[in-house]
Amino acid sequence: MAVSTPPQRTAIPFYRDTRIIAIILQAVFAVLVIGVLWYLYTNMIEGLRRANLLPTFAFLRTPAGFPIAESVIPYDPSMTYGRAFIVGALNTLRVAVTGIILATVLGIFIGICRLSSNWLLRNTATVYVEIVRNVPLLLQLILWFFLTKAFPRVQESINAGGLIFLHNRGVTLAWPATTASFGAWAPWLWAGLLAGAGFYAVRRYQFVRRDRPGVALPWAALIAGTIALLGFVVTRIASGTWPVTLDLPELQRFNFEGGLTVTASFAALLVGLVVYTAAFISEIVRSGIQAVNKGQREAARALGLTNGQTLRLVIFPQALRIMIPPMTSQYLNLTKNSSLAIAIAFPDLFYVGNTINNQTGQAVPVILMLMASYLSVSLLTSLLMNWYNRRIQLVER
Amino acid sequence: MATTDVSQPRARPVRQSLDVLGWLRENLFNSWYNVVITVALLILIYQVVSGLAGWLFTAQGWPAVVANLKVLLAWTYPADQLWRPQLALGVVTLLLGLSAGVWRGIVLALAVGFGVVCLLLALPTFLLAPVPAQVALPAWQMFLAAAALVAVGAFVGNAGGQRLRWPLVIAWVLLYPVVILIIRGFGGPLPIVDTNLWGGLMLTLLLSVSGIVLSFPLGILLALGRRSDLPVIKWFCIAYIELIRGVPLVTVLFMGSLMLPLFLPGGESIDQLVRATVAVTLFSAAYLAENVRGGLQAIPKGQTEAARALGLNVVQTTLLITLPQALRAVIPVLVGQFISLFKDTSLVVIVGLADLLGAAQGVVGQPEWLGTPGGVWRETFLFIAVIYWFFSFTMSRTSRRIEQQLNVGKH
Repeated sequence: MAVSTPPQRTAIPFYRDTRIIAIILQAVFAVLVIGVLWYLYTNMIEGLRRANLLPTFAFLRTPAGFPIAESVIPYDPSMTYGRAFIVGALNTLRVAVTGIILATVLGIFIGICRLSSNWLLRNTATVYVEIVRNVPLLLQLILWFFLTKAFPRVQESINAGGLIFLHNRGVTLAWPATTASFGAWAPWLWAGLLAGAGFYAVRRYQFVRRDRPGVALPWAALIAGTIALLGFVVTRIASGTWPVTLDLPELQRFNFEGGLTVTASFAALLVGLVVYTAAFISEIVRSGIQAVNKGQREAARALGLTNGQTLRLVIFPQALRIMIPPMTSQYLNLTKNSSLAIAIAFPDLFYVGNTINNQTGQAVPVILMLMASYLSVSLLTSLLMNWYNRRIQLVER
Repeated sequence: MATTDVSQPRARPVRQSLDVLGWLRENLFNSWYNVVITVALLILIYQVVSGLAGWLFTAQGWPAVVANLKVLLAWTYPADQLWRPQLALGVVTLLLGLSAGVWRGIVLALAVGFGVVCLLLALPTFLLAPVPAQVALPAWQMFLAAAALVAVGAFVGNAGGQRLRWPLVIAWVLLYPVVILIIRGFGGPLPIVDTNLWGGLMLTLLLSVSGIVLSFPLGILLALGRRSDLPVIKWFCIAYIELIRGVPLVTVLFMGSLMLPLFLPGGESIDQLVRATVAVTLFSAAYLAENVRGGLQAIPKGQTEAARALGLNVVQTTLLITLPQALRAVIPVLVGQFISLFKDTSLVVIVGLADLLGAAQGVVGQPEWLGTPGGVWRETFLFIAVIYWFFSFTMSRTSRRIEQQLNVGKH
């Protein structure tokens, strides 16, 4: 019996072995990238050394010396650059969070208007979307800013029912304010919250155990609301004052007393961002609802659900799944677009960073801090929305 | 009988043709709340339209726009050299028209879109044209000529047919440098016009076109890199794309404006326009990469496998099979990206360039209009808003038409 010789294993030459080629390619790429970055870095350091501006973060602990028009936390020019930067970051967050909430509400409203059976309403909404989407946001912001600046002086404010006042320094609104008896009401509020949460937890547990769907959240909210309202009235009777009142703005000699006054910059930025983003959100809402299979609506109607029930229980939950990813990118866009505040002098993150750079000349650290801040906000929003997205996705086997 | 007789041919559903009253009842007054909405909206629309129309004819700021038409379109570009941007526009439109005639399809849709924009721009510039024309070819005539060139080009291209194919491809490759050369000049017959004199609509268009054209190679490389099997390359591309997409354009512009000069040896000063162009290109490349990646992902795996089975290597497969299909599929998305870039270039105002928006701000700040009651900002900003709107709206319609054409081809 002939012994078959084992097949000759000719070794692949290393220059034809894809595994080795891959490693060499990556090594070359890495060397190139690092080399270029190193070259740029040394140039930069050399140039900055000549200008006597070596990058350092030490300036963060020195006094800023410039005022910031509005701030969530206490701030004055004697505080540090680090503090100023945080003030800017908080202002950005304030605009972004308020803007996202308002843009979502307005966007959903307009999206539904675009699907209305009323021809006029549908087309008015379309005109709104087509106008707003096709004009640059920066131009819109500048227009809103000029518009607020064109309002009359504080003494001659445009008065809307004593609740809203428009003037060239901004907008003054009636705003809820807590009174002395708020402390007496607080326990009621906590009790309501606890009762609602407890009810919700028990019902959810029952639903899961019986393996059938049910509605828990509206009932929980009703329970919490009833207890809070009861406490509200009881506190009024016991102490003689409402725990929360509507603080109406009063026109004093030069300014408004009471209420909430937002600056013209903030008002223009917020309105501009909301109007612009809402147009995009409405398109997402419209296409999301239209993307739900027509058979779903017909089946729901055939089962005897009312129009409202069909929308709420069948169409919207399915549309939501389609809407969440593009919605996330709109939220991110709104946050990033808030950096245009610099054009209308609202002291947001970018505005403050720019001022710090102008004063200290520390361009590199300032840019690094700005980018890191925007990146972390973006990543955080993405994480939150991805978590929500996973939660509402269809559970498939 | 209660059941339907299936043997009988089913009667066609009665198609109701609604008369005017029927249509009104159906679409505006079909329920009590729709009646309320319709009436409220009618009042609102009447208020807005009558207010706007009344203002349009009584506004006192129009002389500012009329006197500054050239400033808004070309900023401080020397008036006696204005024929150069106009020539560049003519070259582009003629080339677009010729290509539309030769290739038809998508190119035709693009050319029609561009021609419509030019026609639309001719109207407001005609209405506001200064009585004694400052330049050889007034703005409205320029836009009309551009629209006409598209049409003429399309006829010639149609007649010329396939012979023109390769000359046109070469012309397109050379177009970008030629246009820049015409506008910037090189001395002699074309004296150099410094970039700090560029501005207005011209700069807006140049920046957004540069952003797309220059970011193309980088964007495609990033898209391919992100889909690569080699981890080092893949992670580098992911890091770049996500970093750029995570920060606002202003920070990238700011970085380009402040740090770019630092990166070069000897602290050479770089032209502000070049800095902005680099920043816009780096920014746009990250978004382009994601769009192209979407196109690459949509290509069935069978295409790659078939190409490999035929003996094509990786580079050939990418260049000849996957990339052409991917790029074709993402053309509508790229037009969309062009629109948003067109709008986003207005941010260069923040780093001190005078694009269309910057020029408008310049006009609003001119001392001679200080006496106008209420200022001239309403008229000026409305005018440029209309220009921006014409461009973006027409281009988005074009992208929708292209999308339909691509879908038709698929089935």
